[in-house]
Amino acid sequence: MGDFFAELGRYLGSANNRSQFFGDLLDHIYLSLVPLVLGLVIAVLAGWLGHRFAPVRSVLLVVSNLLYTIPSLALFVVIPGIIGSKILDSGNVIVALTVYTSALLVRPVLDALDAVPPHVVAAATAVGYKPTRKFLTVELPLSVPVLAAGVRVASVSNISLVSVGALIGTGGLGVLFTDGFQREYFSPIVVGIVATLLLALIVDLVLVRLRKLLTPWDRVATTAGAK
Amino acid sequence: MTIEFRGVTKRYPDGTVAVNDLNLTVEDGTITVFVGPSGCGKTTSLRMINRMVEPTSGSVLLDGKDVSDGDPALLRRGIGYVIQHAGLFPHRTVLDNVATVPLLSGWDKGKARKRAAELLETVGLPSELGKRYPAQLSGGQQQRVGVARALAADSPVLLMDEPFSAVDPIVREELQDELLRLQSQLGKTIVFVTHDIDEAVRLGDKIAVLRVGGVLAQYGTPSDVLRHPVDDFVASFVGKDRGYRGLSFLSADGIVVEDVERVEVGEPSPGPSGEWRVAVNAGGQPRGWLRPGSTVDGALTESDLVAGGSLYVQGTPVRGALDAALSSPASLGVVVDADHKVLGVVRAKQVLEVIEALPLGS
Repeated sequence: MGDFFAELGRYLGSANNRSQFFGDLLDHIYLSLVPLVLGLVIAVLAGWLGHRFAPVRSVLLVVSNLLYTIPSLALFVVIPGIIGSKILDSGNVIVALTVYTSALLVRPVLDALDAVPPHVVAAATAVGYKPTRKFLTVELPLSVPVLAAGVRVASVSNISLVSVGALIGTGGLGVLFTDGFQREYFSPIVVGIVATLLLALIVDLVLVRLRKLLTPWDRVATTAGAK
Repeated sequence: MTIEFRGVTKRYPDGTVAVNDLNLTVEDGTITVFVGPSGCGKTTSLRMINRMVEPTSGSVLLDGKDVSDGDPALLRRGIGYVIQHAGLFPHRTVLDNVATVPLLSGWDKGKARKRAAELLETVGLPSELGKRYPAQLSGGQQQRVGVARALAADSPVLLMDEPFSAVDPIVREELQDELLRLQSQLGKTIVFVTHDIDEAVRLGDKIAVLRVGGVLAQYGTPSDVLRHPVDDFVASFVGKDRGYRGLSFLSADGIVVEDVERVEVGEPSPGPSGEWRVAVNAGGQPRGWLRPGSTVDGALTESDLVAGGSLYVQGTPVRGALDAALSSPASLGVVVDADHKVLGVVRAKQVLEVIEALPLGS
């Protein structure tokens, strides 16, 4: 055990290792959060269609389930063939994770839109909102509380999946794992695991904070109660 | 503005007919109530006015202009709409809720909010509520905000879909009074939907009774509908109490107010008496009854009194006079003036004689 910590200390003591670690960390953040945003936008657009048109909804739910069952490694390898990128391009990871995120978020988006009280939506129609504006300024903001839970799950899923990308050499904290395994050197693996967990935790806290900022009205609803 | 339904039918794809060949004209500046059991198409009919529902055939005209011409969103911005449960936007402050239509119509924010603040005052809400979110308001307050939002459209037409059904009876009555007060100032053309015949009678200048399947059963003034129901359906819908409710439309001109002995709260003990006596305060307003034969030590206090019944304000319909007599512990209805000063009493027997002498069926 003492050896292990001594080794860990030596690993972290090296400026070279540290700069590599921070580079990997930034890659990881970039590779997991860009797809989260893109996937959310796609899921919201798809969810809007599904919410308005019942047949679209059933198709969406089936397709999103199927997409999410494709193994990530397979998707990373297949995507270059589909979009014509190079096999080591980090864009592959972005595209693949965007696919996962949108697949994962379609159902929460639909649930969130369903959870908006129908009489509020009817009132929006009655006072003269046109459909697009009604969606963007009434239905979408009101769906945030339910949707936020889905986004938190997707963020954790992305942060964990980015590591797999290291197997095809696209950067992120997963590089520390492949590196460590190849050299039978455990320090980078431990650092990688701890950093991944911390990153997931911090992103989650940021998302919780963001949800609170976006829904100041939701907190008063729970504290005011019926008078 | 008049609203005209011309042969309007709404049939859903599954074959259900919600509204069947509705022909009806809502007169300018009146409150017209659509009343009927669930499934009678009253809300559907209302929603065809602002095109939230499109008719299968027939047309709806606003001042002779077909509503189906033009953009439905623009049409709706020009028609106030109060929905059940208020339907306020939970994520916007009360002020921004009220400012919705002006903002949609492209007013700048400051002007829209100023207008909204005025409207809060119009519906009897303090302006500091404007900064709150709807969830921080009581049901009755939310409903008032709903009315303010509908008035912001500043349109001559107001549609109200069971707006007061979700609040308790006392608040409902307050809101009904408030609506009547507003209407006396604003003179809008109001279409009001309810399943409650009492509410319909109270608010309506005219009542349209609809039966299941969306057929208009009867259209007329409340007293017409109560006194001359066209068929068994209307008769049973307006209820067993319709004879009593009908008294709301009879004047009590023939009623003779009898004098009554009064005692004043706070004054030294009145002597014994074998009669019921009305206790009044220094302003002459009734506080209760003093039981016959009761003795009071020292000054008369409210704890010596028996609670009184309802009060009959002189000049109002005969229903109030009968109710005052029936609800009084002394069987004497207290008659008051507009300032609630005691004028005297009436007896149920005497009120009934007046009712019998009236030309019923007129």
